[in-house]
Amino acid sequence: MTDATQTSAQIFHDSEHDTGGRVKWFAGRVAIYGILIIWTIVCLFPIYWTLTTSFKLAPNVMQGHMIPWVDYQPSWKGFESIGMSPRLLGQESTVREEFLKRFTNSVITAGSASLLAVILGSMTAYGLSRFRYRFGFMRNPDISFFFLSQLILPPVVLALPFLVLYKELDFLDTRIGLILLYTLTVLPIVIWIMRDQFQSIPVELEEAALVDGLSIWGAFLTIVLPIALPGMVAAFILSLVLTWNEYFFAALLTSTDAKTLPVMVASQTGSQGINWWAMAALSSAAIIPLIIIGVLLERYIIKGMAAGAVK
Amino acid sequence: MATEEGDLLHVVTDDDIGPGRRRIGHLLVWGSFGLLIAVFAVLTLAQTGRIGLEFGNWRPALYAALFWGICLGVAQVVLYGEQGKRTLFILPATLFVIAMVVFPLVFALGIAFSNWNLSSLEGRSFNGFDNVVQMWNDPFYWNALKNMVWYTLAIIVEYVIALGLALILASEIKARKFFRVAFLLPLMLSPVAVSWMIGKSMLEGRFGPIARLARWLGWDRPAFFSDPEIARTMIMIMDAWTFIPFMMIMLLAGLQAIPRDVQEAARVDGASGWRGFWEVTFPLMLPVSITAILIRIIFKLKLADIIINVTSGGPGGATDSVTSFIFREYRDRSNVGYGTLLAIVYLVLIVISITIFMKLVDRWMNPRY
Repeated sequence: MTDATQTSAQIFHDSEHDTGGRVKWFAGRVAIYGILIIWTIVCLFPIYWTLTTSFKLAPNVMQGHMIPWVDYQPSWKGFESIGMSPRLLGQESTVREEFLKRFTNSVITAGSASLLAVILGSMTAYGLSRFRYRFGFMRNPDISFFFLSQLILPPVVLALPFLVLYKELDFLDTRIGLILLYTLTVLPIVIWIMRDQFQSIPVELEEAALVDGLSIWGAFLTIVLPIALPGMVAAFILSLVLTWNEYFFAALLTSTDAKTLPVMVASQTGSQGINWWAMAALSSAAIIPLIIIGVLLERYIIKGMAAGAVK
Repeated sequence: MATEEGDLLHVVTDDDIGPGRRRIGHLLVWGSFGLLIAVFAVLTLAQTGRIGLEFGNWRPALYAALFWGICLGVAQVVLYGEQGKRTLFILPATLFVIAMVVFPLVFALGIAFSNWNLSSLEGRSFNGFDNVVQMWNDPFYWNALKNMVWYTLAIIVEYVIALGLALILASEIKARKFFRVAFLLPLMLSPVAVSWMIGKSMLEGRFGPIARLARWLGWDRPAFFSDPEIARTMIMIMDAWTFIPFMMIMLLAGLQAIPRDVQEAARVDGASGWRGFWEVTFPLMLPVSITAILIRIIFKLKLADIIINVTSGGPGGATDSVTSFIFREYRDRSNVGYGTLLAIVYLVLIVISITIFMKLVDRWMNPRY
């Protein structure tokens, strides 16, 4: 027994077969689950708060009601302010049109920028992982570094030159202007993820395809891409998250037509005072698509982020 | 780089490229390049009013550049055959990045040394080093740089929390998938939404739940954004809240890549949990940790959205980051020239400090005796 206590003194809540100290093991478990639950609350409470606040009225906010149906009666007031409540869905509504316009802008810019980045990035990553290039002094590692180093570039450096350039090109306040910039910002991340993907695919596959008479592009499109599809999905979703949430460029470069959802949310924060339910509804509408993506496609997001981490 | 010689795909083909084909290729490249130059010249003349043509904007130059890019791609195949087809894989992205980064950066250098107010009618005027002098005497810019150092140092705390969470998630727990999804969610939210959700509503002095909690704990009149130190800490916490999941996932991937038997061997050799962590797990995690921290630093240096939306740099510039400062500098005074200079100085500082950081890490990881 003394022996057992001695080992349990040395071993820091380890797996049960090592020790007879059931109490200590139990305490460790409690501590671990305690931390897990506290952190879950830290992560989820702001989301819960926003979602419930969007169904509150002024008195509920002021009295600090928290739980719907228990201490307050949910109302659609918040969603009426963006025209999305059941009562208003059948009718014409200018606020809803405004909201939907911003929403489509966000969907189109984020979607096309991510798609473009995945296409360009996959090609580049494939080329860099399979062939040897030489442009002047630039060899493969240099070219990779050239692309990845774009990550360091803070957006503020590009913002003002682009403001001037886009003014001259008549790209200000257009979706295409935003799409091009967003593609640029996520391209290094896509290349990073995809390079990792292609390196894990054996070259023998393509060699076999080439022997069977396919060209290198044919082998790339018909053999390699289908295998690398999960990686591409991961890269696409990660890009989608980053571009959907982007605020800085959108705030500088758009004004009326191409304004995206984050800019709309930001422009309402100052003006509305204590009109919390409207803001909460708008914020919920901005975060719900990504929460759904996060819950359903969590696997891919983790895969994408883990790609660069492990070598 | 993991690409070794053996990983590459070797294909030997004999391309029969005659002089005629070669001529067509060169014609494509230089012809379209000539077209680009011509369009550019015509546009310059038209914009300065030397010739009677009227173009609304510079788009024709863009189309000409696009056309040149396509011709360059086609010419690769015409000129170099099989090798050209390989170049096609990386050519589009390269041209895209050069057009979107290198060209604007060169352009930015020109703007940085000029006085250019976009809202006034008079155009750009070169003013030499006036902007540099102004920057040198601008206490708010130096203050913003100092704040960035604080914000960056906060990453150490974020790293400790992220590593702790990753260790717990990698250990044997029930409902791991649920916790993983829950911990990941903050990363999905847009900083603008976060700044409203937390900054403007939960931290609101009268009705926000956190203010209520603070009152209940005995803080009489909670105000989170009037004291400089507290305001800065709040910004750090909000930013950490969104980005801890990012580090956590990277570290978790690193932990799961450590072979189980290494830890088991350490345990058999008598290493207790704590020693096993410090002497086995942590050293094995170092490369991943450094990658995660480096990427986190890069993201941290872009920090702006939350500050712009919650405090707009206040109180008295205590929460300003460089990006948010330049953003307001442009918004309030629409001075493109000065803002660009500040941004370029920032970029230079970043490149220098990241290089030093990487050199130090390299020295520390591979000591030379």
